[in-house]
Amino acid sequence: MTLTFSRQLPAEIRAAQDDIEERARSYGLDFFKTIFEVVDYEEMSMLAAFGGFPLRYPHWRFGAEYDELTKGYAYGLQKIYEMVINTDPCYAYLLHANAFLDQKLVIAHVYGHCDFFKNNAWFAPTNRKMLDEMANHAARINRYCDRHGAETVEEFIDACLSLEDLIDAHAPHIRRSPAPADERRPLDPKAEEKQYDLRFPSKGYMDSFINPPDVIERQAKERQQKQQQKEDNRSFPAEPVRDVLLFLLEHAPLKDWQRDVLAIVRDEAYYFAPQGQTKIMNEGWASYWHSTIMTRHGLTDAEVVDYADHHSGTMATSPHRLNPYKLGIELFRDIEERWNTGRFGPEYDACDDLHTKEKWQKDLGLGRDKIFEVRRIYNDVTFIDAFLTPEFCIKHKFFSFGYNDQSNYYEIVSREFPKIKQQLLDGLTNHGRPFIYVVDGNYKNRGELYLKHKYQGVELKLDYARDTLANLQRLWGRPVYIETIVDDKPTVLSFDGSQHESKQK
Amino acid sequence: MSRSIDRDVGRFKQILRGKVRENLRKYITHGEMIGRTGRELVSIPVPAIDIPHFRHGQKGSGGVGQGEGEVGQPVGKGQGEEGGKGQAGDQPGSHIREVEISMEELADMLGEVLELPNIEPKGKDSLKSRKDKYTSIRQTGPDSLRHFKRTFKRALKRQVTLDNYNYENPVVIPMREDERFRSWKTVTEPESNAAVLYIMDVSGSMTDDQKEIVRIESFWIDTWLKRQYDGVQRRYIVHDASAHEVDEDTFYRTRESGGTRISSAYQVAWQVITRDFPPSDWNIYCFQFSDGDNWGEDNEGCLKFLTTDLLPSLNLFCYGQVESPYGSGDYIRELRKLGEKFDNLILSEIDSKEAIYDSIKEFLGTGK
Repeated sequence: MTLTFSRQLPAEIRAAQDDIEERARSYGLDFFKTIFEVVDYEEMSMLAAFGGFPLRYPHWRFGAEYDELTKGYAYGLQKIYEMVINTDPCYAYLLHANAFLDQKLVIAHVYGHCDFFKNNAWFAPTNRKMLDEMANHAARINRYCDRHGAETVEEFIDACLSLEDLIDAHAPHIRRSPAPADERRPLDPKAEEKQYDLRFPSKGYMDSFINPPDVIERQAKERQQKQQQKEDNRSFPAEPVRDVLLFLLEHAPLKDWQRDVLAIVRDEAYYFAPQGQTKIMNEGWASYWHSTIMTRHGLTDAEVVDYADHHSGTMATSPHRLNPYKLGIELFRDIEERWNTGRFGPEYDACDDLHTKEKWQKDLGLGRDKIFEVRRIYNDVTFIDAFLTPEFCIKHKFFSFGYNDQSNYYEIVSREFPKIKQQLLDGLTNHGRPFIYVVDGNYKNRGELYLKHKYQGVELKLDYARDTLANLQRLWGRPVYIETIVDDKPTVLSFDGSQHESKQK
Repeated sequence: MSRSIDRDVGRFKQILRGKVRENLRKYITHGEMIGRTGRELVSIPVPAIDIPHFRHGQKGSGGVGQGEGEVGQPVGKGQGEEGGKGQAGDQPGSHIREVEISMEELADMLGEVLELPNIEPKGKDSLKSRKDKYTSIRQTGPDSLRHFKRTFKRALKRQVTLDNYNYENPVVIPMREDERFRSWKTVTEPESNAAVLYIMDVSGSMTDDQKEIVRIESFWIDTWLKRQYDGVQRRYIVHDASAHEVDEDTFYRTRESGGTRISSAYQVAWQVITRDFPPSDWNIYCFQFSDGDNWGEDNEGCLKFLTTDLLPSLNLFCYGQVESPYGSGDYIRELRKLGEKFDNLILSEIDSKEAIYDSIKEFLGTGK
């Protein structure tokens, strides 16, 4: 299996790439070496299903994704123009069927992404050699499949994937606790036994002399005590833990291969996390640059109309789904405009004459510098929090909507700025997913696991919660609980391996 | 190039097939896939499978959108009933996937789920097809069948043993006796053919619902028999007081009124059998569906016809009685009298769509 498709790039595209790369650099974009490859749609779908990588561990969910993508393409519902992954060097894949104009647009877009990957602070801790790492993961899991049976491993991966988003996405940037010791032991199943085999080899009639029963007993007791102590030390955690996966890695009774699989799932979840955290910024930034480079340099007269068509297709908005490309590019442009004209700071904020505000012009020309700074240190949540303005919301006709369980419709709730902003931030914080913590790993002093859902106004989807709980129980081995709110009442859901229960607290 | 995704796709399809198998009973009784049959494949809608996560539900959820509109205006529809009451993780989500399954595979699933035995065909010895297979070699034959490699080898062998072979100038010249030719053997393969006769009562007392039951049931019977035999011929007979042979389409659509004389249908069936399917060579199946409301005086004639002509020459005679709001349902009682004497007579009462499943099992569970 080759890791790349390593096909010679057509000369025409090669030339366009060199040209655009130089333009991008002249604007101050700074990226790892970027390798473009042209792939057909099936390959593109496969890469997309694999999260951008040419090789992943075996799992049906990639197959499901692939099936959906190829069908979507065959029926003309969707098309992936490009795919780029955060590695050094950056790999970017272009769709073979793209028109030349699209290839140029996409190349310019890709350089925006590459710059973002390299410079945005949230990507700083990611492994830039992930291409190799993913292949390693695949090799390891393949080995476990050979050794323990593909279905056993698949079932276990299913359970791990069910919990994959229970990570602490900020953890790579903060040290919350002393670095956890790597508990993964060498893969030698006999090692443990040997360590505890206290008896010396002996012939039967000599046994009571060589291995005196009282000594053996004492040693066994000591060992038990030691273990007991270890158990007691595990009365934990001192504080609620976000990184449920790490907690499981450290404390769940897993076999070595299971621990390794769980570690792989967790590694990959952490690798992909920043992409979720910066979706709006990343796409906005890339769109800003493809738009800038293409409209100023990349287009021939004949291509202008097609370009405009494709660009606006990407920027299309719809009432019930926010387009991250559109929001991102507009917000970057707005920031650039504001810092160019000086519409920020106490003086501007204090001004309450709308007319003056509208004509505000200080010719600072700080816009470009500002957006470069923004792309370096912000993520989606802080980006929206810092730069979304009431004027911007009005200009782009934003509204917030909510679910009405009477009518079973999502309805427009408000056009007021604070509400829109709040709703937007809610949706972005933790990717709009529930916050789940490990509260007690030794619940009722019976080694049962107690999680808590931090309720923020939206209840859990119950059928999913039950299934996920069952998967958690598979890893933990003992009964598991999650405290949440159901129908406005505090409730504890539990699963003990055979039965689901739901009790009001 | 073999791609690593192929394995995942294969596994995924396998899982989907597993889902179909799990829910086969539901598909059997609802008949929702019958309208979707292509020539070889049926596509079956399967609820999407995915990996559960802790997620927010709809209640209290919302988002931000862009565009015109007043407060209170709907922007999109919710996903219907929320979970919580139903079974865990079993609700159809927003995606429905279509799985394409070949008819053969579907039949295998049916067989597996219903625990149907494979059919032991009769007439194995009487009907044979001959095929020529080029599997052997002989020393004479036309040039067009000359086996070059073998010929060359023999020539080479001969030259080497006679020391005629020059390693510097390796020329091999085959002689007449070196030549070898491909040759065929005639293989006879037993062929088993099946004929299926469907008889339906279309008298006034049969309603559309009942015809639907017949339609669904005969679809599954067809599927199974097609899997079991190389070639399956079907004939359709409808009757009220008199009987006609009709085509498939008419069979399911005709609606007539009037009395019921089942013996008329048996007569037509017997004509068809003697004309087209000599019982010694054919595996003949007869499925009769009726509401069991026969004209009283006709019953005796029917039974006689069955015992003397039909039953001895058929693999199976299946009588399915659908429950009708009008009919008396006497006929099945009459047939029960025969039941002990003939083990190829199978009776089944189908009172609703749900009963189709068991009825198929009764009909085909004998392995005949």
